[in-house]
Amino acid sequence: MLPIKMKVLKAECENEKVTRLVLEAKLDCQPGQFVMVWVPGVDEKPISIAENKPTLEICVANAGPVSEKVSKLKAGDDIYIRGPLGHGFEQKGKKWLMVGGGYGFGPLRFLARVGKDSGKSAEAILGARTKSLLMKKATCDTCFLTNDGSEGKAGTSVDELEARLSAKGAKYDMVFSCGPERMMEAVAKACQKHGVPSQLLVERYMKCGFGVCGHCAMGKWLACIDGPAIYGEEALKNPEFGKAHQDRCGCKKPL
Amino acid sequence: MAKLDVSVAGVKMRNPLVLAAGVRSNYADLLIRAANEGAGAVTSKSCSIEPRPGHPNPTAMIHGQVVMNAIGLSNPGVKEESEQIKKAIKESGVPVIASVFGKNADEFVQAAKLMETAKPAMIELNISCPNVSREGRMFSADPAATEEIVRAVKKAVKLPVSAKLSPNVTDIAEIAVAAKKGGADAITAINCLSGMWIDAYARKPYLANKIGGLSGPGIKPVALRCIYQIRQAVDLPIIGGGGIASGTDAAEMLMAGATAISIGSAVCYRKNAFAEINAELVEFMEKQGYSKVSDIKLE
Repeated sequence: MLPIKMKVLKAECENEKVTRLVLEAKLDCQPGQFVMVWVPGVDEKPISIAENKPTLEICVANAGPVSEKVSKLKAGDDIYIRGPLGHGFEQKGKKWLMVGGGYGFGPLRFLARVGKDSGKSAEAILGARTKSLLMKKATCDTCFLTNDGSEGKAGTSVDELEARLSAKGAKYDMVFSCGPERMMEAVAKACQKHGVPSQLLVERYMKCGFGVCGHCAMGKWLACIDGPAIYGEEALKNPEFGKAHQDRCGCKKPL
Repeated sequence: MAKLDVSVAGVKMRNPLVLAAGVRSNYADLLIRAANEGAGAVTSKSCSIEPRPGHPNPTAMIHGQVVMNAIGLSNPGVKEESEQIKKAIKESGVPVIASVFGKNADEFVQAAKLMETAKPAMIELNISCPNVSREGRMFSADPAATEEIVRAVKKAVKLPVSAKLSPNVTDIAEIAVAAKKGGADAITAINCLSGMWIDAYARKPYLANKIGGLSGPGIKPVALRCIYQIRQAVDLPIIGGGGIASGTDAAEMLMAGATAISIGSAVCYRKNAFAEINAELVEFMEKQGYSKVSDIKLE
């Protein structure tokens, strides 16, 4: 699978950290899958797909040399995309709840839109530390929270999830989550407690993206080909989930 | 029933398929995974004395029948990796071969000695990585350097030692003879072919390292030729690989002269490479009337 050159149609700041890029072509892809974004001469990085209608979109958080370069792209610039890679969310059940944290909202927004198009009901919860880190574009009914109360409800997305799962009458068939791993761990545990299945999008330092190098392992599970989507129940059984990851050398580090 | 077990330099394997170094072999859990999937033995990713980050991305690509990579020998260093190997030995149930490399004979010796404390079944010397030439020589391009490194490591450790050779040489048989002279107990071959991929639209080499190693089903004819030439030159056991992705591929590799078969890129082409290739090899053997792996030879 070779990289495809794509023109940027639109580059838009979503907040202090996140840039949304609308690219010129569609991919045959599912929510939860990712692409390797290559900036020739700089680096290549895995990024979740944030929309595919009418064309491909990615949301890039400015956190390193590639994302810095990517976040400075303008309409008309070129970018190189290798993908789609990995396996995305299983679109099971009818009543969905998205739980996002920080810049992890892109793929959930994409999933909610795809779900609604196919007759599912989708609601979302999005939490961020503060107002300037919220991604405010939404594709379904979304409850926004900030830890410091600067916008939306004060609290965390896990607090809101707990409240909804405990509420009478609220019956979700599936919870989808993307965000910091410790948050997703709390989401998976809350869902387990309430008997609701969950799927999470797990991130690891990635090199090849197609299962040959093994760098992105979480225990025996490889983020690039076994994931990045994983059932919460399965993640909670993985000894490295929420606990350890690898640096660029492959040294195990606490999360 | 055709029997799959083989022995390489005294290391007994339940089947001839060996997970190649550098392919999903960075951590104990992945070595155990390969064993659970049916590997007869597993090789850990090459490690050096100190941790190495490797090259920046892009480090790999897959296209048609080839895989290219220039990971650049990223590894957590021999101290951390030997702990991973201890766990893999305990939990995988198959022989674990530990791959090491260094910038000179002394570093190879130090890495091998530290690795020996983890008690792997064999030490493999990666003297043939095509992707780190700027930092050190590709030792297996030179018979004298090959002999020197193998001899130094053999003197320092008690474990069997295999030298991993490169196809990117004028005469691989000459290098195999040098490895044997140095005291190698086995030969592993082939490492990747040296190659390059250019993106015509970007007008740039795709891999950050510019040059990379080519593997995958497309390189099988080169690998068969190399193993055949090594077999003509030395009587050491050979862990032979390069593009092997099916039972008949494996049979061809055995006919070329391999004792066991290394499986690398095939994990990207087959959903369950080890189990499927083993099953196909058994089927081939039964149809063709072979009762054991060592009977599979050229006419």
